[in-house]
Amino acid sequence: MKAHRWFTPWVLVLPALLWLGGFSLWPSINTLRLSFTDAKPLGGGADFVGLRNYTDLLNDSQVWDALLNSVVYMAICLPLLTALPLLIAILVEKPLRGIAFFRTAFYTPVIASAVVVGLIWTWLLDDRGFINNVSQRLHVIQEPLPFLTDRWLVIISAVSLTVWKGLGYYMIVYLAALGNVRQDLHEAAMMDGAGPIRRFWSVTVPAVRSTIFLVSILVCVAALRVFSELYILTGGKGGPGGQDSSLVMLIQQYARGFYGDLGYASALSVLLFVVTLIPMVVLARINSRADR
Amino acid sequence: MKIKILRYALLLFVLLITVGPFLWELSTSLKSGSEDIYTSTPNLLPQHPTLDNYSRVADAIPVFRYIGNSLIVAALVVGGNIVFSTLAGFAIARLKFRGRGVVLALFLATLVLPGEVTIISQFVTVRDLGLADSLIGVALPMMIAALNVLLLYNAFRALPEDIDQAAIVDGANVWQRLTRVSLPAVRGTIAVVAIFSFIAAWDDFLWPLIVLTSPDKFTLTVGLQYLSGTFAKDQRLVAAGTMIAFLPIALFFALLQRYFFKGVEEGGVKG
Repeated sequence: MKAHRWFTPWVLVLPALLWLGGFSLWPSINTLRLSFTDAKPLGGGADFVGLRNYTDLLNDSQVWDALLNSVVYMAICLPLLTALPLLIAILVEKPLRGIAFFRTAFYTPVIASAVVVGLIWTWLLDDRGFINNVSQRLHVIQEPLPFLTDRWLVIISAVSLTVWKGLGYYMIVYLAALGNVRQDLHEAAMMDGAGPIRRFWSVTVPAVRSTIFLVSILVCVAALRVFSELYILTGGKGGPGGQDSSLVMLIQQYARGFYGDLGYASALSVLLFVVTLIPMVVLARINSRADR
Repeated sequence: MKIKILRYALLLFVLLITVGPFLWELSTSLKSGSEDIYTSTPNLLPQHPTLDNYSRVADAIPVFRYIGNSLIVAALVVGGNIVFSTLAGFAIARLKFRGRGVVLALFLATLVLPGEVTIISQFVTVRDLGLADSLIGVALPMMIAALNVLLLYNAFRALPEDIDQAAIVDGANVWQRLTRVSLPAVRGTIAVVAIFSFIAAWDDFLWPLIVLTSPDKFTLTVGLQYLSGTFAKDQRLVAAGTMIAFLPIALFFALLQRYFFKGVEEGGVKG
């Protein structure tokens, strides 16, 4: 007895395949093609311009600023967002009265739009906002810190926002992994007189190592893709002289309006893709070396 | 006992950090014009709570229209993802056919690609379809996400092989096997897909910012950013605007969080 006709599976996967082709595969190829043209946002003919967009890229100081920002962004986010969510996941893992409430509450920043949390933090970090006011009151600082206007403080502010918004997300990823840690290992370690810190390093960390690896890749890629945080905190301007832009912010700027340049934006997209491959390859190598 | 108290103390500390900023924004949105919001001894509770700021948001931007626009986009995205990811996930997991491995590999491969990389050529595609500056253009590329296909593939694959065999022996066709046998068993994952797609559509900012140009087509996030650009000095107004965008989704999530965490535990995220 035949379970189904040969074309039935294809009918079912067809819409999904069409979308995959039309909105993932073709755009990938098309991005590369566009990066060699001078396509404009408003349409009209696009001419082949060879490598011009790429040579412009190398001479664009904003691109170098954006890359530098990304490296700093990644360097701060990586340790914080791989470690803190794991600790929070351990904190909410075991049953306790009201734990479901805490889990949900910790996830709240994740479900809020980056625009919403960006505006909330813009207010918190304002010259006369909560953080500056309270810090002055407690005499931690004398003058308000220019969180939203200083070249490097803007990056630090945006990083804090990314870390704060990411805590709950990676907490969930770690929670799923912690569920698979064998309980008897913990018990055996406890019998041997190992304290909580010892057990964390010798039982939990080895057991969730592959998840730590996954999270570190996700964090790096997310740091390179940052857009909304910087856009909202700087009111869309990218800080003083546009120095606080990310690659994605530059892509967005060139995507719009009469003076936009989709060819150049596509070259930036190709650069973004290449840059996101770097942490993936590096981390994959570290991970496979640790396996041996 | 001491450990329990320490645990609650730590939980409350994390709670303060994660939820505190939302409460501060809510409090600001409820403060009246006569109350000093810049005081160096911050008051969480408004002295004279008022909804005045909320009605002023509606005067400043067509906020109900933006909510409607966001809901249209979200409905298309949620509907598309539920229906088509289920069909595709079911076919790849439960039906044997030549090329199945290739199809699965294709969906997996696109996960590596950050969406921002292809956003420009997606815009070109949408523009060439004549959908630039339209809500359908915003929703279209998001209507079937590879991740959701894979989530449902995982869920369908986890079901035991025999339940299909029994149904085949009983003469059930593919459609009956999907709707009566398999579908009820993966409801948790479908809920996760629905929640994720709704949140993704409601919160999305970069893509609608690129596609939309006419102010009357803005989704809520784009309109909100416009509000803060025009009225940046009035933090009460901006706070009310952010709460209008945030409270519906917070409520939506609070109501459905049981299904979400259950779906996650069922292995939805484990992959």
